[in-house]
This record gives sequence, structure tokens and C-alpha cells, in this order.
Amino acid sequence: MIIFKLFLTFLRIGAFSFGGGYAVLSLLQKEVVESANWISPEDYVNIAAISEMTPGPIAVNSSTFVGFKLSSFWGAALCTIGVILIPFLLTLLVSVYFQKFKHLKQISWVLKGVRPAVLGLIGAACFGIARISFEDYKSVIIAIIVFASVYRFKISPILAILGSGILGIIFYGLF
Amino acid sequence: MLFKLFLTFFKIGAFTIGGGYAMLPVIQKEVVDKKNWLTTEEFLDSIAVTNSLPGPLATNCATFVGYKTAGVLGALTSILGAITPSFFIILLIAAIFTSFADNYIVQLAFSGIRPAVAALILFSLVKLVKSVGIKWINTFISITALGLILILNLHPAFVIIIFGTVGFFFMRSEVESK
Repeated sequence: MIIFKLFLTFLRIGAFSFGGGYAVLSLLQKEVVESANWISPEDYVNIAAISEMTPGPIAVNSSTFVGFKLSSFWGAALCTIGVILIPFLLTLLVSVYFQKFKHLKQISWVLKGVRPAVLGLIGAACFGIARISFEDYKSVIIAIIVFASVYRFKISPILAILGSGILGIIFYGLF
Repeated sequence: MLFKLFLTFFKIGAFTIGGGYAMLPVIQKEVVDKKNWLTTEEFLDSIAVTNSLPGPLATNCATFVGYKTAGVLGALTSILGAITPSFFIILLIAAIFTSFADNYIVQLAFSGIRPAVAALILFSLVKLVKSVGIKWINTFISITALGLILILNLHPAFVIIIFGTVGFFFMRSEVESK
């Protein structure tokens, strides 16, 4: 039964995954952490970090990870298929009727509203993760250092994550 | 042909970290420049369209290219090729992580990594805001969407439906005047 619910949940997440990985995190947090209580808030943020550092889309990576955590290999397979199934079918449909879709105005009307809303979703993901991960002043300092290093000094996000791990060991281990 | 498609997208999936836009130049190089499966124009068209659908850009793009070159079976092969590497990499990491999650050093590191994730999302949000452009109607929608999720606790999917509907009925003139 949980397998079935898991599949449906990721089918739903996939169907609304507009605007890339970070927007999906807001859906993931809502479904997997808040509604179903399948994983802890800390684990959710850990999974988001690992998904960002590994090859492949964040949406797919995080689904695979959550699936594995809940029911190992088959859970991972099911969640991965679930999250890409609806996008796959829609893209296939559009590919078949590409010439018609290319000029379909209705889609661009809908997207006029969806695109800025996605920024709200990303903002919500950011807030949600900050609320979970800002445990004390040290974590806030780490976040500021990381933001400055990617924004000001153009350090790659993956390096920044690795660096923040080292900062974590220093800040929390030594002080 | 199917095997070639699988291999090409397997390679793309295995070596592109950061997803979405980081993958596009790599896909373009493989599919347009090297393999000649699509013309540059077709490729850009396909990005425009797949970008308007839900789902990761990379897998949508794989589906489109696969269909264009070898039909439905090609689409299936390409998307499987694109997700296979990350699937097994994540399985491996998840298995390792589960056994090291209680390790003291790992826990310290992740106490540092978690706030970094928030910072990175904020960074990409700032970049996105710059690229979308600060028009008052867009800003209004973004902030309203944020408020609906954070304050009214609405499901993000529901928020997408709301503003998709708003766009469909009330923002037509904006598209046409462009």
C-alpha cells in the first residue's frame, strides 16, 4: 500500500515540476516531509544537498534518494519512474504534434502566470530549508559565507557545498 | 541507432552536474554539433517547447531528441539513458550515506552543508529574478505565490494551478503585445 501511495505522490510531484529542481523542493517538502512524514526535515535538506552535488537533475536525484530511503531499490526505481512519467508522456505528445504546439498561444498564456509563480515556489523552498537548517548563529554565518562566495566570488555551487562541509566540521567540531 | 541514443544520453547524464541549464550546452554539442541529429534551430525550438512543460529540462530534451531521431522507442531509450547514471550514483551514495549517517564527522559536515543549501537556493533565486525582469505584475504574482504557500500553507501544486489559470484568462494581452 505504501508503494502505491509513494508512486502516486511522485507522479503528482512530477506533474507540477515546472521551473527546475529548486521549485520541486517546495513540492517535495510539502508532500514527503509535512504531509506524509516519510522523512525528517534534516534528512530532506541533506538529500537536497546531495542531489545538488551529484550528476543529473535535482528532481530526479532527490526522488531516487527518498525512494531508496523508504523502501530501498524498488522504492528508488518507483519514485524515479513516478517523477518523470508525466513529463515524459507530455513531452512525447508535444514531440509528435510539434508543429501544432509550436504555435499554440494558450500555453504561453498559462506560462505567463506560472513562470513568476515558480519564483514564489523557489522562495518557499528557500524559506523552508532555512527554517530547518538555521539552528544557531553558526549556521547563519555559514550561509552568509556561502552566499558571498557564490555571488561575489563566483565559486561553483559544488565547491561551495564541499567548503560548507569543512566549515561545519570546524565550527561545530572545534568550537 | 537506439544503442547510440542510449549511450549519448548516458554520457550526458553521467557528466553534467547542476542539472537543467548546465546540461543544455553539453546536449547541444553532442546532438547538434557532433551527431547532427537536429539542426541548431530545431534544437532551440525544442528547448523553448520542452521548457514550457513540467519535468527536468534534461530529460524532456532527451525525450524530444529521441523521438525526433527514432520515434517512441527512441524517446524511451534516450530518457532511460539520461537517468540511468544518476540513478545508480544516487543508489550508491544513499547506501553509503545510510551507513555513515551516524558518524560524528559526517554529522558535523552536514550541519554546515544544510545552511549552505538555503544560501545556494537564494543565489539561484536572485539570478532568476534578474533574468525574468522586475515587472510589477510578475513581482506581485511571485510574492503572492510565496505568501499563499508560507502563510496560508497552500500546496505548491495548487498555487501553480491558480496562477496558470490567472495567466490563461487575464494575461493574454501581455503575450500579444510582446
